[in-house]
Amino acid sequence: MQTNKELIKTVDLHKSFGKLHVLQGVNETVKKGEVVTVIGPSGGGKSTFLRCLNLLEVPEKGQIIFDGVDITQKGINIDLHRQKMGMVFQNFNVFPHLDVCKNITLTPVLTKKKTQAEAEDMAKELLNRVGLIDKLHEMPNKLSGGQKQRLAIVRALAMEPEVMLFDEPTSALDPEMVGEVLDVIKGLVNTGMTSVIVTHEMRFAREVSDRVLFMAEGNVMESGKPEDMFGNPQTPRFKEFLSKVL
Amino acid sequence: MDFGVIGANIAKLWTNYWHIYILEGVAITLKLTFIAVLLGAVLGVVVAILKMSKSKIIRFLITVYIEVIRGTPLLLQLYIFYFVLPEIFPIFDFNEFTWVAIALCINSSAYVSEIFRSGIQSVDIGQTEAARSLGLSSGQTMMRIVLPQAVKNILPALGNEFIMMLKETSLASTFFIGDLMTAHLKIKGATYLMLESLVITGLIYLCMTYPLSKLVEAFERKMKNADK
Repeated sequence: MQTNKELIKTVDLHKSFGKLHVLQGVNETVKKGEVVTVIGPSGGGKSTFLRCLNLLEVPEKGQIIFDGVDITQKGINIDLHRQKMGMVFQNFNVFPHLDVCKNITLTPVLTKKKTQAEAEDMAKELLNRVGLIDKLHEMPNKLSGGQKQRLAIVRALAMEPEVMLFDEPTSALDPEMVGEVLDVIKGLVNTGMTSVIVTHEMRFAREVSDRVLFMAEGNVMESGKPEDMFGNPQTPRFKEFLSKVL
Repeated sequence: MDFGVIGANIAKLWTNYWHIYILEGVAITLKLTFIAVLLGAVLGVVVAILKMSKSKIIRFLITVYIEVIRGTPLLLQLYIFYFVLPEIFPIFDFNEFTWVAIALCINSSAYVSEIFRSGIQSVDIGQTEAARSLGLSSGQTMMRIVLPQAVKNILPALGNEFIMMLKETSLASTFFIGDLMTAHLKIKGATYLMLESLVITGLIYLCMTYPLSKLVEAFERKMKNADK
């Protein structure tokens, strides 16, 4: 499904937290339809990189070109661009004061993309797809972790994004619930959704990715097709990482 | 002290003057309290949000506002609103009740704003991030996601603020504004039965505050169980 159109491009991205230089000049491109997984040790900058893409973290230096627009420019309305980038968090962050249906319909309606009725139809269709249709009017505290994360994915999809960003979507889940969430993500990338996925699930990364990025010490150390990356790692740092996790 | 006589006097006072205590005193005390807390809450939300503003100047001004109001006695503030402000701003042709009500609102707003601020900060930052990542503006995120959750967390504190304010309105009797304490002053003046009237007045205050504080407690218990 991958095309040659550059959907996201970062140019010399730098980000520090205090003295910690977390991103040290990242240059990366995600093409439309591409599925990119980001792996690497904790503290290597994976999540920060992902969170920079929709400016949840604002880089000190560098550019992020999304769909041809530099969203790091001053005076840009970031909300409009974020509406086209879905994000899924480690801790789900579903809205506990709204029922499942409202969790999904709130944003499309508030941002005037859809009427309440249209949004509800879409919510039902999406919930059907991820097997949560019977939870339509439940409150989130009645859901399991895996169900919450599926809800969070559906909530992001309801905005009909151009790209989905996943920040360790299964790290906070009980082991028996990891599979159901990964299945939903797999189903999604099979529809051609451009995705950037930060994950510790190596088998999953190998299965779904068009390209794998290995990040450590604030930059992309190695990248390539999953079979090359896992079959024939080049850098000592990546070899060392693989020997620990595989 | 003859408790028999006191008891008889209390009964007599209540029979003769209950309507002044209740229909005038309690009515005006409740009216003042509702106005002060409700408008104070609205103003308090605005103050709380401004306190978290990105602008240093706004943050500084709001901090001064909060510290001045919380650091000076309410009675002093009432004097300023009652005697000084009408002189400075003759265009505001408010009656005395209104000036007192405004003073109480302003006072309440400073306390309520701190309650709101802690409530807003108690909401997980992930909620804001999720809402912003979906493309909601910071205003929409505040109104639809953060405040509704914050309000639930701070309802007990707001209830306590209401109880505090209910008692504080008694200071308005300094200006004979007609509240429950004013009712006491009137009746004491007419009957010279100070102790008896104080007992009645105190009991009426208790009848209002005690059920309210029990309500707040019950709500807190319910919230704790809901979190489990």
